[in-house]
Amino acid sequence: MKLRIKFAKRGYMKFVGHLDTMRYFQKAIRRADIDIAYSEGFNPHQLMSFAAPLGVGMTSEGEYMDIVVKSATSSEAIKKSLNETMVEGMEIISVVKLPDDSKNAMSIVAAADYSIKYREGYEPDIDIKSKFDEFLSQESIIITKKTKKSEKEVDIRPSIYEAKYADGIFELKLASASGEYLKPDLVFQAFNNYCGITDGKCTELKLALLINRVEVYAKNDNGFIPLEGLGGSF
Amino acid sequence: MRKLALPDEVLLSVEKPERYIGNEVNMVRKNPADVDIRFVMCFPDVYEIGMSHLGIQILYDMFNRRDDVYCERVYSPWKDLDKVMREKKIPLFAIESQDPIKEFDFLGITLQYEMCYTNVLQILDLSGIPLMAKERTEDDPIVFGGGPCSYNPEPLADFFDVFYMGEGEKQYYRIFDIYKEHKKSGGTRKEFLEKVAEVPGMYVPMFYDVSYNEDGTIKEFKKNNEHAKDKIVKQLVVDMGNPDENAEFNYYPRKPLVPFIKATQDRVVLEIQRGCIRGCRFCQAGMVYRPVRERNIEFLKKLAYDMLHSTGHEEISLSSLSSSDFSHLEEIVNYLIDEFHGKGVNISLPSLRIDAFSLDVMSKVQDIRKSSLTFAPEAGSQRMRNVINKGLTEEVILKGASEAFHGGWNRVKLYFMLGLPTETIEDMEGIAELAEKVAEVYYEIPKDQRNGKVQVTASSSFFIPKPFTPFQWTRMCTKEEFLGKAKIVNAKMKMMLNKKSIKYNWHEADVSELEGLLARGDRKVCKTVLRAYELGALYDAWGDSFDNDIWEKAIEETGIDMDFYITRERSYDEILPWDFIDIGVTKKFLMREYENAKQEKVTPNCRMNCSGCGAMTFGGGVCFEAKN
Ligand code: SF4
Repeated sequence: MKLRIKFAKRGYMKFVGHLDTMRYFQKAIRRADIDIAYSEGFNPHQLMSFAAPLGVGMTSEGEYMDIVVKSATSSEAIKKSLNETMVEGMEIISVVKLPDDSKNAMSIVAAADYSIKYREGYEPDIDIKSKFDEFLSQESIIITKKTKKSEKEVDIRPSIYEAKYADGIFELKLASASGEYLKPDLVFQAFNNYCGITDGKCTELKLALLINRVEVYAKNDNGFIPLEGLGGSF
Repeated sequence: MRKLALPDEVLLSVEKPERYIGNEVNMVRKNPADVDIRFVMCFPDVYEIGMSHLGIQILYDMFNRRDDVYCERVYSPWKDLDKVMREKKIPLFAIESQDPIKEFDFLGITLQYEMCYTNVLQILDLSGIPLMAKERTEDDPIVFGGGPCSYNPEPLADFFDVFYMGEGEKQYYRIFDIYKEHKKSGGTRKEFLEKVAEVPGMYVPMFYDVSYNEDGTIKEFKKNNEHAKDKIVKQLVVDMGNPDENAEFNYYPRKPLVPFIKATQDRVVLEIQRGCIRGCRFCQAGMVYRPVRERNIEFLKKLAYDMLHSTGHEEISLSSLSSSDFSHLEEIVNYLIDEFHGKGVNISLPSLRIDAFSLDVMSKVQDIRKSSLTFAPEAGSQRMRNVINKGLTEEVILKGASEAFHGGWNRVKLYFMLGLPTETIEDMEGIAELAEKVAEVYYEIPKDQRNGKVQVTASSSFFIPKPFTPFQWTRMCTKEEFLGKAKIVNAKMKMMLNKKSIKYNWHEADVSELEGLLARGDRKVCKTVLRAYELGALYDAWGDSFDNDIWEKAIEETGIDMDFYITRERSYDEILPWDFIDIGVTKKFLMREYENAKQEKVTPNCRMNCSGCGAMTFGGGVCFEAKN
């Protein structure tokens, strides 16, 4: 039976990297006595996969992992036993059962919502609202993406599905598929470029932005649906 | 959520910020305002290493069982954070409450290896605690030292208020009670230390004076405070085999801490026994933890279950100096396999003798193709093995290797020591010859039954004489001598028939020499440690941090004569810096053993025949097994 688990990673848990988060959940599942299935072989590992890695420094209200279990009582029971063994800052939000033929979360991720604000003292000295609106109204937003081998120019505008700024908070819906993935800080790198800001605290993006991932989506004929929407409670 | 001591800006700029945030699974939470005593336990190395230490987990659990005590943890900040903390003047803090160390009542530092001594000073320094115990005031925590290196505390004597000799389970509760009383009655720091000095096993260095002869040896070691004792007796849990988990001193955590970051020991550790019956003459642990005390098998089974469940670890490891000597080894191993192996739990069995039983177990729990076998003959010739009382014969090694090769293994690791007392060229060359013989055993197997090529890795470390061993009087080699010996072995390796299947590597000699100085040093060495720290020495146990030039400079500036400490053979009537400590094992026994060594005479292990080492005075353990 395939289950999809949605969890939040809050506060200082943002310092726990992706690999360590995976290790944390492997142990949590054992502590909670979830009847997870293991792979064959000498060093069996749990059948578990994560939807999308979250960078160190980011919090989230919408992380996902899929697991295969041999048996399970109910969504609520699993959620409860996992939550009893969570550390502060980690919370299981939902557990749904997936159809047997469903693809794993990682392969279907299409977009993600982010809620972002500037860390206190790191805001640019501009009228953010009007500048950001102008910035978004461009037909294309070209930035140079540096890889190890080359630099290439890409247009990120099509990957920004939705964006708005109000009351000090940016709300963005960005492409998040493996072929088309837009890191939220790239948007701000482009925004800085657009505003002609080349130095100052707001250019230290790793520190300047408080990024919270709010939801992760797959895409079907009806548009974007949260990953948990592909299964149901049981 | 707790407020962290380090701002995001700092945490995001250093490697592995998880080292500093705490919040681990099973972390103990208390309100500091609700307790009488705040204790912070320190392992003076990086978090991943410190978190792997069993002793701290035992004491952390034990202390926190008391409602009036809150025990927290601190580790050495890594070099990147160390720099930031100095620049920004951020005081060192405890992981749980994130409060400054300076606010605590006690700072307990475990001393597991000599090369962490500059890290001890870093901890004090970053905490804002005066490095010299004498300069501390009523505002500073009481600084305790413990662990194996405190069996010669003298090179750190200036920096500690108290050294606790022996096993922590025994006296800490009593010390806490004394402290509470003391706080109520409003006494001074000195008065408290005087009360502590009266508790068995407690050594307060400032209550003793040392005078020296002209040749630098100790003339007199004398107490200067009437509360201090002449002899400090090692504290030890005698009744370790008690099945009752609530029995006095029978502490063991049911819920060990589980770090987020992968620690060196990313597994449940089950301590099956303490001490070792073998009596290898170079081994300090084998002497200072005497007598062997086994834990109760039912107690262990329950512990294994509870800890696997409360941590979610996917591996359990047995811990002891020599697991093969544990009376219930088969029972505990079979229990673990039956109970947990099918549930995705790996079972790791370090320090097992290679024989039919262990090979059978290993073939069940590990992937043979990926694992290698480890033998520790420690010396290349039988003569030399008799000198060090290592009861492992060539026959046993080759038989074990042969069985292993037939079982499908093809990788073998061999551990040796160079620079042992009385060592000859033949003994050194014996290392190469033994490696060769192991390889030959492999090629005796018909070709179609072999599993590819064999890979024999021989490693040698340099022998460092340690206090409270029969070799405590012996001369240690210089680094030049050490490297010369490694060359001899290496040249011989090149002459072996199967040299392509054998790899040989050896340990750094610089570090060994220093370790030798710190292991057998006296109080005069304190200023060398301090000077090295001032000159920038830190994380000396880490190959890439260790800076020999700094140490050479510190040694020169503080007028330390390395020959005096390293290459000098001590006489039996010399007062050794650690002579005031009573570990149970007598000096007479150690002398007898040194003489036996010189005569290449083997001493039987405690189960074969008691050799009357003195540890019987504790009234328990292996010494009384047969007589019960
Ligand atoms: S007194 Fe005898 S049995 Fe006990 S530890 Fe010493 S040698 Fe071993």
